[in-house]
Amino acid sequence: MTEAVEKAEAKLDRPLGQRNEYTAEGAVARQFRKSKEKLTSPWATAAAIVIAVIWTIPTFGLLVSSIRTPTEIRTTGWWTWFVNPSFTFDNYADVLFASGASSANLGQYFVNSLVIAIPAAIFPIAIATMAAYAFAWIKFRGAGAMFVLVFALQIVPLQMALVPLLQIFSQVLGISGTFPAVWIAHTIFGLPLCIFLLHNFISEIPGEVIEAARVDGANHTQIFFRIIIPLSLPALASIGIFQFLWVWNDLLVALVFSGGTVDVAPLTQRLAELVGNFGRNQERLPAAAFISLVVPLIVFFSLQRYFVRGLLAGSTKG
Amino acid sequence: MTAFWADLFDKFGVMVVGLVAFAAVVGIVLFLADRAPKKGRDFWQLLAFVSPAMILLAIGLIYPAIRTIYLSFTNRSGREWVGLTNYEWMFTQPEIITVLVNTFIWVALVPTLSTIFGLAYAIFIDKSHGEKILKSLVFMPMAISFVGAGIIWRFVYEYREQGFGEQIGILNQLIVWFGGEPQQFLQNSPWNTFFLIVVMVWIQTGFAMVLLSAAIKGVPVEIIEAARLDGANAWQQFLNVTLPGIRGTLVVVITTISIATLKVFDIVRAMTGGQFGTSVVANEMYTQAFNRGEIGQGSALAVILFVMVLPIVIYNVRVMRKQKEIR
Repeated sequence: MTEAVEKAEAKLDRPLGQRNEYTAEGAVARQFRKSKEKLTSPWATAAAIVIAVIWTIPTFGLLVSSIRTPTEIRTTGWWTWFVNPSFTFDNYADVLFASGASSANLGQYFVNSLVIAIPAAIFPIAIATMAAYAFAWIKFRGAGAMFVLVFALQIVPLQMALVPLLQIFSQVLGISGTFPAVWIAHTIFGLPLCIFLLHNFISEIPGEVIEAARVDGANHTQIFFRIIIPLSLPALASIGIFQFLWVWNDLLVALVFSGGTVDVAPLTQRLAELVGNFGRNQERLPAAAFISLVVPLIVFFSLQRYFVRGLLAGSTKG
Repeated sequence: MTAFWADLFDKFGVMVVGLVAFAAVVGIVLFLADRAPKKGRDFWQLLAFVSPAMILLAIGLIYPAIRTIYLSFTNRSGREWVGLTNYEWMFTQPEIITVLVNTFIWVALVPTLSTIFGLAYAIFIDKSHGEKILKSLVFMPMAISFVGAGIIWRFVYEYREQGFGEQIGILNQLIVWFGGEPQQFLQNSPWNTFFLIVVMVWIQTGFAMVLLSAAIKGVPVEIIEAARLDGANAWQQFLNVTLPGIRGTLVVVITTISIATLKVFDIVRAMTGGQFGTSVVANEMYTQAFNRGEIGQGSALAVILFVMVLPIVIYNVRVMRKQKEIR
């Protein structure tokens, strides 16, 4: 064993177990770099590029389609655009703002999506932060059992709650088909995961900080506003972005609770309607789809780090 | 245009009112808790912090879930007890059996394929030039809505009968270029289910790739180097070093995608509406409960969905716990 290690060390010219970071440019360092580069064979890179191209083509084709004229969209493939380039924003203007009974009206639906998603991201985060603080830092009997219950609720599929919740909204509260109905539904469905994730974060805040505040005479409300919220801002941002995108991309909750009119329904619901009559809406759909994709893509490319973090944490939601 | 702006102001008005009302309620609750009499203050504060969440969950999730279980034993209107009739219906109706079979096909194929593609891609791009960009390209579908993905793929699969103009879907165009006959990908059962599955794989591969890529980078360099010095080739290195090193993450990825797949609804809705024998449990539940008004049957399908998700979630949680202990 030791012999093998010695041999290896001689070969590597450094003790085994040391990370191969190449700092300055020495002969040894260069050799390391070369050996590292060998890891990525040209075949692997070629295969990766092929996969990346296949993965990108569908979206790219739709983007190209969206700037072609309606006749072109209907009669020729988007790839002919490279031979026969044309450029128009009419499709976007048409699906966003054209008025008329059969128009797509996406401008209004876009507003609906924003009006739904902003509160539906803020409400659950706020309520969940409070609950997470209580579970982490207020000692009370039954805290453990209650937290396990909240944790377990994550596994209940949305489908289990839809029918009775809709009955409550329409028969008891009379708010079915309004923005508050959609907000409340999203808030409830988002809570278990938000509480769980925020609890993970808030319970890791050093106890001395909170103890010190308590010694100074701060009560729970004061600790919550002066210590917990400022310290958890990064976590709140990650989870908030994720919840926002989840709501923005949601179709099921919208279908059940929004009532489906232009007054409340979000973009996804309108898109689903349009695609339901694919033949008639063919020339509108590329632009329409891209309007709904713009917000997630901006969030994705500008806040990718937060997005990935939120996604990794929230992968079991739904 | 003016109508649009008026509409916008109205709706943002509603939103601002909603946000202010919410802030006011939370503010008042916390203010009262802050000012609660010294005696029993801890109790009142605890109540202020926990009860909003617990009340919402009790009304919006716990009670509905229990009621859905009850409704699954009732008839169409949800008023009359019918015992196991709805479950019997589910396992005897050929259409619903197709739905169940489809769901199993989905949950067998999507996690497997997504994980294989994601893992292969993560290994291919590991330490390569432009790793970040290559990652973004494959991960991007994860950010967009299932409905948007559905529309994107509707255009890929679009079909024109031979002799009735050019193909506008790239897949059929490729077939025609190679001298084949164009196909109605979304209508020819049972293969149409597989073409829907492709969409979900397209979305989930990015998720698998990001997690597995992080796991691969976590495998200690020394072990890989030692294996290489022992003369292991790339494949042996992967099989004997990398794979054991990422086993935990692999399980989490597969189970997570399985759960997401079981609940898949939007893709089927946007691409076929569940027609042509492509429906799955989550979609059929919606169709029965909300399109046909079959409360009992819809609820029974929701319960079945829950039963299918349950073991995977439990397994997932166990593995994640174990991983945390190791760390």
